[in-house]
Parts: sequence; structure tokens; C-alpha cells
Amino acid sequence: MHTLKFITAGNVDDGKSTLIGRMLYDSQSIHTDQLGVIKQQSKLQTGEIDLSLITDGLRAEREQGITIDVAYKYFATNKRKFIIADAPGHEQYTRNMITGASGADLIVLLIDARKGITEQTKRHASIGSLMGIKHAVVAINKMDLVNNEQAVYEQIVSDFETKKTELNYKTVAYIPLSALLGHNVVNNSGQIDWYEGMALLPYLEQISVATEASEKEARFQVQWVIRPKDDAYHDYRGYAGMVLSGSYHVGQAVRVLPSGLESHIKRIERHQKNVQSALTGQNVVLHLTDNLDISRGDAIIKADSQSIQNRQDAQSWLCWLDTAPLQLGKTYLLQHRFKTVRVKVQALQRTWSIKEWHFETADSLKMNDIGQVSLRFSQPLAYDSFADVASNGCAILIDDTNFNTVGACMFL
Amino acid sequence: MQDHSYLTHLEDEAIYILRETAAQFEKPALLFSGGKDSILLVHLALRAFRPGKLPFPLLHIDTGHNFPEAIAFRDQLVADLGERLIVESVEDSIKRHHLKETQGRFPSRNALQTYALLDAIAANEFDACIGGARRDEEKARAKERIFSVRDDFGQWEPKLQRPELWNILNGKIQKHHNVRVFPISNWTELDVWNYIRLHNIALPSLYFAHQRQCIVYQGKLVATSPFITPQPTDTVVHEWVRYRTVGDMTCTAAVPSKSTTLDEVIAEIVQTNISERGQTRLDDQVSEAAMEDRKKQGYF
Repeated sequence: MHTLKFITAGNVDDGKSTLIGRMLYDSQSIHTDQLGVIKQQSKLQTGEIDLSLITDGLRAEREQGITIDVAYKYFATNKRKFIIADAPGHEQYTRNMITGASGADLIVLLIDARKGITEQTKRHASIGSLMGIKHAVVAINKMDLVNNEQAVYEQIVSDFETKKTELNYKTVAYIPLSALLGHNVVNNSGQIDWYEGMALLPYLEQISVATEASEKEARFQVQWVIRPKDDAYHDYRGYAGMVLSGSYHVGQAVRVLPSGLESHIKRIERHQKNVQSALTGQNVVLHLTDNLDISRGDAIIKADSQSIQNRQDAQSWLCWLDTAPLQLGKTYLLQHRFKTVRVKVQALQRTWSIKEWHFETADSLKMNDIGQVSLRFSQPLAYDSFADVASNGCAILIDDTNFNTVGACMFL
Repeated sequence: MQDHSYLTHLEDEAIYILRETAAQFEKPALLFSGGKDSILLVHLALRAFRPGKLPFPLLHIDTGHNFPEAIAFRDQLVADLGERLIVESVEDSIKRHHLKETQGRFPSRNALQTYALLDAIAANEFDACIGGARRDEEKARAKERIFSVRDDFGQWEPKLQRPELWNILNGKIQKHHNVRVFPISNWTELDVWNYIRLHNIALPSLYFAHQRQCIVYQGKLVATSPFITPQPTDTVVHEWVRYRTVGDMTCTAAVPSKSTTLDEVIAEIVQTNISERGQTRLDDQVSEAAMEDRKKQGYF
């Protein structure tokens, strides 16, 4: 089974650290020496351990009161391996959540049963959807504090159901639980007897998050050209890279972008062995029948592929990650995976209020803001819309003086 | 889990990162210690770049306190592959900078290694060093980036760290900055072992059970060696042991074991409930934030 990468959204008050701690602890993923440190730190008089300390951060964070964005946690059950991207929940850390959400398969939205859906829930749900996450779990925590009442649960389910129509989740599951007491986290507890669905961990173990890649939208970008230049491999010229989407097979007619030149796949190697086809996510080396001038960053797509854009401008979502606000008209660098071009953000069309879920007009994009912009590149770029082919529809914006990553782009 | 697809996925991710490093940096190097994680990195690098040569040399930061088995393995591997090895000696850095050795029974050169690493980076003008650190090892590592930017003192400055979105890696740096690259960030100890078994990757004999004379120190087994001589008050035992990690002879503890095959070693790791570092490192327990402090000073 595919490793499940999920992000947990919510803050300490909602019991997020306790929930993660509970999953790690109950799945026996904490080593005894690490547990020893936690036990020393737990000052609970009952002698119980404070599970939230498992996800405790660095000393530098505690001292400076800063959060060094995303922490990654790893655990496995007999059925599946998991990666948790644990990002802080507060509004000033939206950029960290965006980072954690990029590439996640699923989002766990943690809700305090007593509070119901809050502004924060809406922010997190909105970011997850925007970043292309297709699966959500609404974990309704602290059920013990509302006497495990079904009506509380039903109200939250119905609230979220009416709101989610504006979001792009394919599946949403609602699980009532108590992280503190361990109810419905790893095992179904008898405490919430009216709930007939799965506990959180069993649900995460079985959910299928595979995306059906359209075969026409096969995407491959050249990452590295292998040319050994020695006698044994005198004529060897292989284009190494990862299949970003779809699949390729020997004999296939292909087109190279941005040049537009056409050729056929002569040979496909995977780990120095010839194979007949290459699938999404695999690193392969492609050999073409013609000797074309191809370099890093060029795209090799199927000759009949239609939907890809090969142009010098784009409309895009832009999430701003830097402390200095976006400067319209300034030259930045845009890294579209293996290809970097110069770019100007020509106009800020509108911004998206992640709290209110509507567009607003604005004249600036500051840290944690999300907007839609018009981009102009210094040379043509072969890209897709993020909604069609996410792996070829995203890019990062880089400051051209200090080279920090300042923005995340998702092409429209 | 009999299904190996997750290992294939981790392998693809690591090869992607290695190729990205070669493409984005002028002078990368692969840090090679002779331990299993760096042996794994070499295996992955061969998969990424053959039939071409590796686009970077191997760099060994030699503390002078190595296990002879690890050094012999290193030299054999380099000879077999026909790749370039650079050895930077911690001993030389100690003399050059008049560094003070840590005192005590089990002097660790862990902190001093940083000086040799920075010397090697300066002398060779390396702009990226590939290492085998994993996020599951320790909580100071859990927040580490794949491309970790360091300033001209080699320091890990939390505020210098860039957001890493999707798997787009930004390797552009200012002059005198450099980057530490961690291709196996998302692997766990067990993933490393399962991959080694799947591909039958050769390891130094230290990783398998053998008989060795050790002293017992705070419940840990420390091998006697030219660096560690038993004192009259020591309990000296002759035990079947193996090493779970391979660091310096002075500060790496052996674990009691009869596991002589990869299958047995893996079964043993699945059973154990103590972390890799907790069980074998004498230097990480000095303070709760020991690793965090070393990283800030430029340690790997």
C-alpha cells in the first residue's frame, strides 16, 4: 500500500499534539528511551504521561517563541506506513501550513466538539483544498466533554456538509473521538456507541488516495543528461528524469518542448536495465531515435498531447511566503521543477480570503496572503493547469538577490 | 509488510534528490563515513548516475578513531567503484586550529568533526554536501529540510531555512553559503535495513554479530581498543555483539546480539524498543538538546 502522507490542522487547544501523540503512542512508535524523556517532563500528578510532549519542538522554538514550520513524524502499522506533516495552526503560520499541505494526500481537520466549526477550521479546510488535497477527515475531538452526545456530532457534520460545496474534496469522513482518552483513535471505543463508522487510524489505513492519471497527459521533464563520454559508452546520450504524470512506452511518438521537435522513444532504462514502459513516479532514462538538442528542464510529452501550455505568460494562484511583500513588476526567478526562468508578476487580480471564502480586491500581497496573479516569463514554459496535472502545474517563486523561496504558484 | 512498493517510492525520491543536487550545484560532495546510511547513499548514487561517473567525490571526515573494519570497507568500495575519495583528517584540523579535545573516558570527536568538515568545504570549495541523516533519528532532525542552507560558518540557522513545497528543491545560494543535502530524510532505520536486504547491499562486518572484548559502562558495551583501555575498576566482558550504528570507537556502544544475517538483524530491530541513537551513542544523552546545539555549530 502507498505510504499515506497527511497533514494535521488544528492548534494545541484543539488537542492536536495529543492526537498525534496518541497515534504514535498507541501504534507503539515511541521508543522507550524517548518515552523516558517525555515521562521526566510530564509533570502530571496522576503519573500518566503527557502525550502532547511527543510532538514538542526544539529548544530554540521554546526560547524564541518561534515555530520552525513543519515537523515530520513517521510511523507504521501492519497495514500501512504514514508520514505526518505537523504544521502550526495559527494564522501567522499560514505559510507553514501551505508548505506542509503541498504534496499531502489527506488533511485531518481537528475540531473541538464544544466549539464546532471555527474561523480556523475554515482557514485550514480552504488551504487544504487550494493546495490540491483530495481527501479530508473531520476529526471531532473532545467528545467526552460533550457527554459523547450524537446531536453535537450531527450538527458539526451538517455544518461542514453545507460549507464543503465550495471546496474540492473528493471524500470527507467525520469521526467523533477523544484524543486524550483514546476513544476512536486507534480502536473503536464502546464509549461513543451510536457511531458505527471506523476509528481514525483504521480509516487512514484503508483509504485509497491514488489518482487516476490521464494517459494523454503524460509528463516528463529532463532532470539530468547522462553522457559518460568514455569509450564503452561513446554514443550514449540518456535523458534522466522522473515521470511526473501518466506513462511512456518504447516506440512512442513524442514531442519536445519548448522546441516542438518530434521523435520516438528508442529505449527506456530503469536502474540500468531496459524496460518497456515507465510509470508515474519512476525515475527513468529515456533515449530518443533522433539526435536532438535537449537539455535540463525540457519537457518530453506524447506527440498527441493537447492540453499543455507552451507560452510566456500564465494566470496563477500565488501564495506569498516571505516577510517582504510581493513587488509588482520586479523580476523574480520562477522554478518550474527543473527549469528556472525570470518572471515578473504583472498584475494582482484579486486575493482570496481564506477566512471568509470569497475573493477580494487588493493592491498588495503580504506574507500568508493568497491571490491570483498574471505572470510573464522570460522564455516559454511548458506547463499545465494545477487542476489538470498538479505535478506539472506548480512552481516556486525565488527572490533573485538572496535566493529565498518567496512564493508558491499553482497555474490556473 | 511484504509489499516493497514503499521502498521503491523512497528510492525514487532519493535518486531524484541526488540528480537535483548534481544539476544545481557546481561542486557537490557525498559525505561517506563507512556506516550503513552512507553506503546506502553510494548505492543510490550509482542508480542515479551510471553508466556515467558519479558527478561528485566521496568525502570522509576521518576522526582518527574509526573502526578498522569500516576503513577497510571504505577503501575496498572506492577501489571497486573507481570513484574519487577525499579524506579530511580531524587530527589535522585539531593541530591547525589548536582545538581542545573533549576530556573524559569516552572522548567524542563529534564536535571537532565540524571543523574538519568546514576545512574540507573551504579547501575544495564544495557548495553542497550530501549526507545520510534521517528525520526519524532525532527531534532536531525532524524539521530539517532536504536542501538545508548553511551560512559561511556552516551554521544551521532556523530562520535561513526555506519553505520546501511539493518536491521542488531550491538550491540557489549566496556566495559563501552552502547546502547540506539529505536524500534519505524520509527513510526510517527499518526502511534502510529492509532496502539493504532487498538489494543485498554489502556492509562492514561490524553490523553483524561477532565476539568482542568490551567494558560495561552505564549498562552499555564499549569495545576495548587502542583508544579505550580497561581500568582495574571496569567490568570487562567477552560478548557476542554487533553494532547498530557505526561511529567512533570511543563513543559508539555495541549491542548484545547473535544476529549474523540480515534477516536476523532486521528481526532484532523490529523487536527492540530503544531508539538507534539512544542505544548506541554515548554522546547524545549529555543534554536534551545536544544534537540541536551541534547542528547550529555546523555539524551535519
